Formats: sequence, structure tokens, C-alpha cells
Amino acid sequence: MIIFTYDKTFEGLLTCLFDAYAGKVFPDVLQEETSLLPLFYDGVYSIVSDPTKAERVWKGLQKKLSPTALTMLSASWLADGFPERDMLLFRVMHKAIDAPKTIELNFGDADVLQLSRIYKQVRYERMRVIQFVRFQKSADETYFAAFEPQHNVLPLTIDHFQNRFAGQKWLIYDMNRQYGYYYDLKSVSEITITDKGTPLLKGILDDQSMAEDERLFQKLWKTYFKAIAIKERTNPRKHRQDMPVRYWKYLIEKQ
Amino acid sequence: MKILAESAKYDVSCSSSGTVRRNTNGGLGNTVGGIGICHSFAEDGRCISLLKIMLTNNCMYDCAYCINRRSNDIPRATLSVSELVTLTIEFYRRNYIEGLFLSSGVLRNPDYTMERLVKVAKDLRSQYFNGYIHLKSIPGASRELVTEAGLYADRLSVNIEIPNEQSLKLLAPEKSFDSIFQPMKFIHQGILENGEERKKFRGAPRFVPAGQSTQMIVGATPETDQDILYLSSALYKRPTMRRVYYSGYVAVNSYDTRLPALQQPPLVRENRLYQADWLMRFYQFKVEEIVNDAFPNLDLDVDPKLSWALRHPEFFPVDINRADYEMLLRVPGIGVKSAKLIVMSRQYGALTSFQLKKIGVVMKKAQYFITCRELPIMSIQELKPEIVKNLLLTPKHKKGIFNQPELPFDPI
Repeated sequence: MIIFTYDKTFEGLLTCLFDAYAGKVFPDVLQEETSLLPLFYDGVYSIVSDPTKAERVWKGLQKKLSPTALTMLSASWLADGFPERDMLLFRVMHKAIDAPKTIELNFGDADVLQLSRIYKQVRYERMRVIQFVRFQKSADETYFAAFEPQHNVLPLTIDHFQNRFAGQKWLIYDMNRQYGYYYDLKSVSEITITDKGTPLLKGILDDQSMAEDERLFQKLWKTYFKAIAIKERTNPRKHRQDMPVRYWKYLIEKQ
Repeated sequence: MKILAESAKYDVSCSSSGTVRRNTNGGLGNTVGGIGICHSFAEDGRCISLLKIMLTNNCMYDCAYCINRRSNDIPRATLSVSELVTLTIEFYRRNYIEGLFLSSGVLRNPDYTMERLVKVAKDLRSQYFNGYIHLKSIPGASRELVTEAGLYADRLSVNIEIPNEQSLKLLAPEKSFDSIFQPMKFIHQGILENGEERKKFRGAPRFVPAGQSTQMIVGATPETDQDILYLSSALYKRPTMRRVYYSGYVAVNSYDTRLPALQQPPLVRENRLYQADWLMRFYQFKVEEIVNDAFPNLDLDVDPKLSWALRHPEFFPVDINRADYEMLLRVPGIGVKSAKLIVMSRQYGALTSFQLKKIGVVMKKAQYFITCRELPIMSIQELKPEIVKNLLLTPKHKKGIFNQPELPFDPI
């Protein structure tokens, strides 16, 4: 068993690919530098991230794959909860480079199919952020929303929010990963809230920190949400399927 | 608010699709990529995408199936135009909704009501609101107003409600087929004319870019599924008709003896109708293949596609590695997505049942209708259609429940 250790960045992954081709040794396992090595292995190589190498690999992939497939690779990197993710991406890229024609449509290949599954999950999660973000107007006229996405998808949603809410200041914060994006009517910047005492970190604003009319519109929205359901057709199973309970925490209508 | 939302809730449409409009500089909102976004889901499992509300639930008509009919004693309310505009914009800013779906009871006369609906849309647009607007066109409104509405709205709709003229006469004496199909025609012509105009001048304003939709009530009148689906199929022949919605009848006015007394809305039938609708729109089925004189109603036990397959065993089994896309679409258990994946993947090599399963084909159903290289041949040709139907309908025993044969017990 060959092990590559690297720094767990996308750049690092691409460097691994470069070095594998350079040394004609392909890894069976990719590991973060700090994690423990298994009991038995044939060789371990430590890979140092190198932007120029990564760039060359990416350029090579651009020749082999369509832009969609490249998005698929880079977006799947944001998926969490798949321990095999890195090795899978590595194998797919390896196959893509070796194959004479593009492999991206070969869903008979288990790796390509699995990657498309992961990408699908990332896309769904992105969609859910777009669907279920609920802005609360704070006292300083910033629209604040907290979210706990399963995958690290906030970066993929920023274009959407920037286009849609161009006329208002907003802040979307990933509560799990402790970072967010702030839009100040001109541009979007990545921020981390360092002040632990701020009411923002609770996710739901309290009466002091919210704008005057906020409470009113929240109430109206809750009223609307209750009124729009047809009681004769209540279907709690479908309700939970479409709007899983894990998102309820920051949904105004579910408070 | 509560009253008006409750009055509007029986409208089925929630879709916010069909338009792409980018945000104007510093304005509010856009409609993305031609697909709608559902922002929430109500407890009945329906998606909440638009603020679905009525301008007023006062109505001068007395339609038997409608909760807002004149003779009902319910609380009545009216929203002012400016209230509605503020409400829409504030909800939109908080990412609650994708836009507005505005409907109204008929007040004084159709034109008066329509004018106020148009005013809301106009005011929203003048405040740089670029979200989705769906207006209900009031039956009997004048051509000028419908045309003006089309300039501000993304979608216009006129509800047919009852798919048969006699039944409509019986339940809604003040309405006629004419008053419903007339505005539909206005919209249709408007869209076509606008298309011509936009070919000449690129900057010409768009007219109802997301087309029109309509809705029919299912189960309130004795129409068969054939009547309903033939009407939808005729409507879909016009390219501007994007969606026909079916709404299982909810007995809101149970005292009215012209209507059947239903305990439960006919949800399964409604579901089957939607499935048939999908077959027509995405699976290249013709309406007479789904329902016809010999088979006027959809089978409630199995979905219409499986039902077609069981009636036509001569088309099966289908060879996954050779059959063309249209035929793959007709296999029960293969949807649009899997059919496309199969067509794309098989150029790399023959597909096996294992791969089909991974691709997402529902093998439980599909196994009787396909051959691929290694599948044992127990297809619908060897088994009989009835047996296949039985096999698919009998639920498998759940794990852990021991299926013990029962011994007859004779008391002495």
C-alpha cells in the first residue's frame, strides 16, 4: 500500500497527481500530514503543495474535460462527510488524464458515478441554502441570516445572493464552520465574527438587535405560513421530506 | 392577511419558473435560470414559492365549488394596493418568497377588479422589483387590461376549474366557457405578437415571458379522466400554455347538494392525473395512448405508464443497449434522467443490470420489461401481464416479520 501525505487542500491534491505522474508511483491512500499512519504500508511519500504544479495539472485537465466536469471536481471538494472523497477525486482525475477521450459521461464507471452523486449532494445543499436562508433585518439595516449547511457550500451561493439582493446590506453566516459573507452594497467579503458576545452568534436576533418592523413581518410570515396550508390535505411526511428538520433551527416560520 | 391567504390557498399553482430576468442596477430581485425556487413547504407538503394571496375575498359570483362564493358567510377582507406592494417587497427582502401570486374575488365587475390587480403589478415594477409576478386574469376582463397585465407579469392564468361546459353551467351559472377561453386567447395572441415584435426590435418589452397556466378541479363533477386529459392535451397544443394544474376537490361547501359529499379529497386520482400530464409533457406519450374510449379512467392501483406497459406487452422486453431513447422512456422504472444516462453511458460499453441499478433505474419494476446482457429472461412475455401486475402490487414482507403459515384452528 502506497500512502501520500499532503496538506488537505485542493492545490495539494493536484500536486499529488503531478508528483504521482512524475515519480510513476500512484497512491492507494491519501492522508493528511498530521494523521497517524496505518500499521502496515509499502511506502509513504510526503507531498508539498506547489501552486505551479497544481496549475499545470489543472490546465491538463482542462484539455481533457468539459467546463461542467471541472466544476463538478472543484465543487465536490466542498462536500463533507465522505472520508473517501479525496481518493475518489484523485482516481477520477487520474482516469481522465489517462483516457484517450473524455470519461465524464461514462456513468457505468463506479468512480464517475459516485462523483456525480457527491456533486449532486453539493448542488442540493447549495439549493437549500438559497431556499431556506431567512434574513432578519437588524437594527443597523443589515439583513442577517444564519445557516448550518451540511457541506461547505456558502461560496457557491454568493453570486446568487449578490445578484438578487443587490440593494440591501446582508450577512450570511455559516454557524458550523464559523465564517460568512458580508455585502456592503458594493462588494462581498469573507468575514469571521470574533466578538463571542454578539447576538448574531445565537442565529436568531433578539428584540434589541432587530429593526423596528422586523417583528411585525416575522409575525405576518408565520400567519401566512399557517393560513396557506390546507388542513384536509395535511401531509407531515412530505413536509419533512421537502424541508428536513435539520434546517428548522433558523427558519422563522418554524420557530 | 390570514383571511386572504386562507381564501387563496386552494389555488394549486406555485411555480415560479419560465423566466430569466437579471436584477437591474441596485434593484431588488431576479428570477434565476428559468427554474423556480421553493422557499418553504407548508404542512400539507405543498411548496411555498410565491406569496399566494387575494386582493379581496369579496366576490359577486356564486360558484358552488368555491369557498369565497357570495352566499358563504365567511369573514371578508380587502388589502389596499400599497399594503400589498409593501408586504411583497418586505417578504422578498427576507428571502421568504420568490414573488407574488395575486388573485382576487370579482368586485363590481371584472374590469374593475382586473384594473386593481394590474395596478399592484405596475407599482411593484416601478419600485424596481424584479421578482416573479403571477396574476390571475379575471374571466371576462377586457383585452386592454389583459394586455397591460402582460407587460408587468411573468405569468398570467385563467382557471377553467370545471372541464365541461354543462357542469360549469350547473355549478357556476354566472360563468361561461367563453368568458374563460376569451382571456386565454388574448394572452396567447399577445405572446405570439410580442414574439414577432421582439424579432424586429430587441428592446421591445416582454409580454408574459413565462406563458400561461390553468387549473381544473378533479372530483367535483362526473367527468372522466379522459375528458380532463383530452382538454389538457388540447391546451398544451398551444405553445404558450405551460402548465395545467389539477386540484383534488376539497368539500368546502358541503351543504351544496349539487356537489358530491367527499370525506377525503381524491388525492390518488389527482396524483395519477399529474403522472399522466407528465407522460404527455416529458415522455412523448400521446393522450389517446394514456386514456381512450375503451379505457376512460386512469388505473388507481398502478401509475399510467406501468398501466400502458401492461396493456401493451408486445413492445417489451426492450434491449437496454440498443433501444432508442423514446423507447427507453416507455419502460416502467426508467425516468427521463436514467434514460439520458443510459444513452450516454452505453457508448462506453454494454450496461449490466448492476450498473443500471447504480444509475438509478428502479429495477423492481424495470426487470420485467428489459433485457440487457445477463438478465435472466423472465420478462412480461414469459410471465403474463396480470402476473406482473400482481407481483408489483403485492408488498414484500418486511424484514423481521416471520411469515408463518396459519394453521386452521377448529374449536371442538
